[in-house]
Amino acid sequence: MAHLTRRTADLLKPFSVALSSMRLLTTTSTTPITVETSLPFTGHKIDPPSRSVETTPQELMTFFRDMALMRRMEIAADSLYKAKLIRGFCHLYDGQEAVAVGMEAAITKKDCIITAYRDHCIFLGRGGTLLECFSELMGRKDGCSKGKGGSMHFYKKDSGFYGGHGIVGAQIPLGCGLAFAQKYSKDENVTFALYGDGAANQGQLFEALNMAALWDLPAILVCENNHYGMGTAEWRAAKSPAYYKRGDYVPGLKVDGMDVFAVKQACKFSKEHALKNGPIILEMDTYRYHGHSMSDPGSTYRTRDEISGVRQERDPIERIRKLVLSHDLATEKELKDIEKEVRKNVDEAIAQAKESPMPEPSELFTNVYVKGYGVESFGADRKELRAVLP
Amino acid sequence: MDRDPRVCVFGEDVGHYGGSYKVTKGLAEKYGDLRVLDTPIAENSFTGMGVGAAMTGLRPVIEGMNMGFLLLAFNQISDNCGMLHYTSGGQFTIPTVIRGPGGVGRQLGAEHSQRLESYFQSIPGIQLVACSTVYNAKGLMKAAIRSENPVVLFEHVLLYNLKERIPDEEYVLSLEEAEMVRPGEHITILTYSRMRYHVMQAAKTLVNKGYDPEVIDIRSLKPFDLYTIGNSVKKTHRVLIVEECMRTGGIGASLTAAINENFHDYLDAPIVCLSSQDVPTPYAGTLEEWTVVQPAQIVAAVEQLCQ
Repeated sequence: MAHLTRRTADLLKPFSVALSSMRLLTTTSTTPITVETSLPFTGHKIDPPSRSVETTPQELMTFFRDMALMRRMEIAADSLYKAKLIRGFCHLYDGQEAVAVGMEAAITKKDCIITAYRDHCIFLGRGGTLLECFSELMGRKDGCSKGKGGSMHFYKKDSGFYGGHGIVGAQIPLGCGLAFAQKYSKDENVTFALYGDGAANQGQLFEALNMAALWDLPAILVCENNHYGMGTAEWRAAKSPAYYKRGDYVPGLKVDGMDVFAVKQACKFSKEHALKNGPIILEMDTYRYHGHSMSDPGSTYRTRDEISGVRQERDPIERIRKLVLSHDLATEKELKDIEKEVRKNVDEAIAQAKESPMPEPSELFTNVYVKGYGVESFGADRKELRAVLP
Repeated sequence: MDRDPRVCVFGEDVGHYGGSYKVTKGLAEKYGDLRVLDTPIAENSFTGMGVGAAMTGLRPVIEGMNMGFLLLAFNQISDNCGMLHYTSGGQFTIPTVIRGPGGVGRQLGAEHSQRLESYFQSIPGIQLVACSTVYNAKGLMKAAIRSENPVVLFEHVLLYNLKERIPDEEYVLSLEEAEMVRPGEHITILTYSRMRYHVMQAAKTLVNKGYDPEVIDIRSLKPFDLYTIGNSVKKTHRVLIVEECMRTGGIGASLTAAINENFHDYLDAPIVCLSSQDVPTPYAGTLEEWTVVQPAQIVAAVEQLCQ
């Protein structure tokens, strides 16, 4: 948890002030607590891991804070989009936070994650800052991709986050390429390639899976099944919506994606499996509260009752809140204080991001090519440097 | 591959089989199955895998068994290979080389005789080079592997059997330079890949008829070497482009526009562009001959331009 507490260190300080020293001891303690996942795992051609997960009070509180931060960030992005500060496409992740947080808890920054366009929260989980996130969304130069990528192109090379891809399914072969490079360099790390239930019907997934299985690449393919491929429900798009079984010769595991401990256990289990036996498919059963993107209201293909039903029964943050309260790790008020803290941080980051300037006009032409050997310009007729003859 | 352990090869039948045109013969025995990877027939995915591996620092050379098959990988080449350096704000470089034989061969049929230069030329972020001789094939391949940018290297099916003496010492060519094949005074003939040989054949006839053509093999299809080309136009004032790709939206079309825009004042006559016909390549031998530019047509075009 060190990497997360580093990033959220400034959030912890006021928290400790509000607490009695007695409670401080409890919430940062590492005495193990055993938690049962909400549902057992279902395996395809593999023995599923156990339902009991070890955790600590410190981890529980970190999970709560991280998921609250992600939720707040996505809601804030919603308002920014409606205020026309974010343009184009904006795909929000609220409801699915458990997948991002649980996965981070099971792996290191040397493992690689690659995902599609619903990438804001995974970027945060990998160590991205709120400022980089909001600046990129608003197209400012302090963004993680200098404002040139946008919502669908968040990357963080130094912590193994490879994006951020707009074309459905195209990131899966890239993910297998990352796993190939890991095997090539023999560095005992794995790659998590995330995709959605819509992308699960792409041919390139099966092509890449075949190659990963053929060469025992340490690739873990994770299907974040939120049951809707934009407006099409999974039963209308897939003959077999049991995505964890679709690997056929590749083992699979179905996981309750709204339970952060189930996600953590499954990811830990898959990492061990992938390093020894090659690829494995994880299907995270999760749900998104927003529509597919900001231009989709999200209610034409599903009922409001369904959305509020999931929110009441399966919300990941509520589940952690109940666990924290039942184990007496914090009071209601303290949890609310954390949420207020988080909201303040998000608002500050937005204010700071709004101050950030737009990229310089010269940035239009930078990073098209890498300057260096053999390249001095770009374009068919060297628009950057007109040929001037003496 | 000796010099840099990060260089690896992906492609169909590149390993144990030695390559369908024997380009990678012997490499799998020397470097092993992981460095010379025999992939299944999944162009989109193994090109994607190559790009993913390149994002971490490996330098894959991806082979399309025939350039036409790379159309299946167009999304990966365009979006991921070409654009990732830009959309990540410079965080990732993609030092891949994508190579393969293209062009019209000996009655291979329409689908196996494609020329993809024109389809790829608008993709931002990639460089296109076409090799034509043994000497420039080696030099350009080395340069492409060492370049930090994705390079698409166009080879030609009919040029694999050429034999030539090349220097023993190491040499690397520049990816953006054109080659002066035959200096001359009357007309600039710009060409690349196999058409270079048709042009040289026509040049022999032209010299006998008293003309002095300057022949330039442009080699770099994106970006064009406007420096060499411009100096030549300044000298001769007449341009003939001879290419093997299709007339519509081809390399010749872009080159014509570029020369007109930059060197209009130096031209005494409109630029003439001889390209292949805009038809799928037929199987019948005589018809196939008529889809590509033949030396007789080049001679006729030069005579008309030089009137």
